[in-house]
Amino acid sequence: MSGGWNWQHVWDSLPTLLEGFLTVTLLVTVVGSVIAAVLGLVLELLRRSAPAPLAALLTFVVNFIRMTPIVVQLMFAYFALLALDPLTIGIVVFGIHYATYMAEVYRAGIDSVPQGQWEATTALSMSRGRTWRAVIVPQAVRATLPSLGNYVISMFKDTPFLIAITVPDMISNALRYGGDHFRFTEVIVVAGVIFLIASYPTSVLIRKLEQRIAFTT
Amino acid sequence: MSSDLSALWTAIPQVLEGLGITVVLTAGGAALAFVIAIVFGLLAGSRALLVRGFARVVIEFFRGTSLVVQLFLFFFVLPRFGIPWLEWPPLVAGILAFGFNYGAYGAEVVRGSITAVPRGQWEASTALSFSPAHRMRRIIIPQAWALMIPSLNNLLIQLLKGTAIVGFITLFDLTVSIEKLRIATDLFFAYSVGLLLYFVLAYILTLGMNALEVRAKHRLGQGESLRDALRFRSPVTRGRTAA
Repeated sequence: MSGGWNWQHVWDSLPTLLEGFLTVTLLVTVVGSVIAAVLGLVLELLRRSAPAPLAALLTFVVNFIRMTPIVVQLMFAYFALLALDPLTIGIVVFGIHYATYMAEVYRAGIDSVPQGQWEATTALSMSRGRTWRAVIVPQAVRATLPSLGNYVISMFKDTPFLIAITVPDMISNALRYGGDHFRFTEVIVVAGVIFLIASYPTSVLIRKLEQRIAFTT
Repeated sequence: MSSDLSALWTAIPQVLEGLGITVVLTAGGAALAFVIAIVFGLLAGSRALLVRGFARVVIEFFRGTSLVVQLFLFFFVLPRFGIPWLEWPPLVAGILAFGFNYGAYGAEVVRGSITAVPRGQWEASTALSFSPAHRMRRIIIPQAWALMIPSLNNLLIQLLKGTAIVGFITLFDLTVSIEKLRIATDLFFAYSVGLLLYFVLAYILTLGMNALEVRAKHRLGQGESLRDALRFRSPVTRGRTAA
């Protein structure tokens, strides 16, 4: 096998790479992020409102998921639920794994809401539900937007882990093309460039958003 | 369950071998990442545009592309250029990928922590006519170090978890050995053992980093010494210590 660079392999592999990118990489990132954002908030609100033993158990489960590899979790779910479609399993596992990160972010966000806001809702004799819905959560979520964005990018870059459970994402298509043609150089570099093109502008946007939020609060 | 335990007993050498590879990858990757983080973190804070630009390109490349892509780059692509010293074994490819990927994230932490050292500290060391190298070594780095440890701990845990993908490049790590154990026993048993081992490793790393943080803060005159903190009694805090 020789080194060097062959543009032909770039053009030939591009359709299959982009297909994997659109049908798996992007899909998992978008749906997984929505699950993570919603479930993370639910987890954090549960942890705050549940009775102490249940809250302690929930904290342990969240830490356990956070501190063990997502690849191992993917493989575990895949073998436990062989009847289900691997793509669905991938989306759900990514959603749950990142929800445990988001729960921590929401915790910090809720803690950052000034004490005066709580006192004001008491003074206005708002109900507990209304305090959370109308006052605390909107302010907490606003502060967590940059972190959510960073986790979306990091989930995006973790999606190739789906190779472990046979989901044909962009990287697995790249490897298949590489194996068929005994050429890995071009496909892997092109896959890297596609990741860079998608993630770099997003991270720049998030940095801008961060500055704007810091500026207006 | 008892047959599972006997299967685990016979599989222990295999699991230990996998655990060894995971530990070697984590330690090697973390050591390389630490060096890269310090070097590129300092370069990215440089005043020379060319130096800063070079550091930014390297950092953004490794932060912007997937770890899996980089692993394959070091495993499939670089050894095929026909240059003898690039034909490294998979273990080296793994250490390089983890070192560069997490090193790039670490460089941002290092740069951010150095910028976060209060302005007055820089000015005071100039007023005392410290040389730039002396100022970095004696004034800025010790303070930045205490700031960067919590973020570096997060990265270290992520690195440990990231090593679970080296089965892709033919390495026999803990995850692969657990997969072998699953075939000998059953799914829930094997993966419980595997996930617990990862959890324990992550916990040990966190305890070690917490000890480093206590020590770094003590040397800045914040909080008690490590020896005091490890005594069996409730901690005493002197000065400002972050949780």
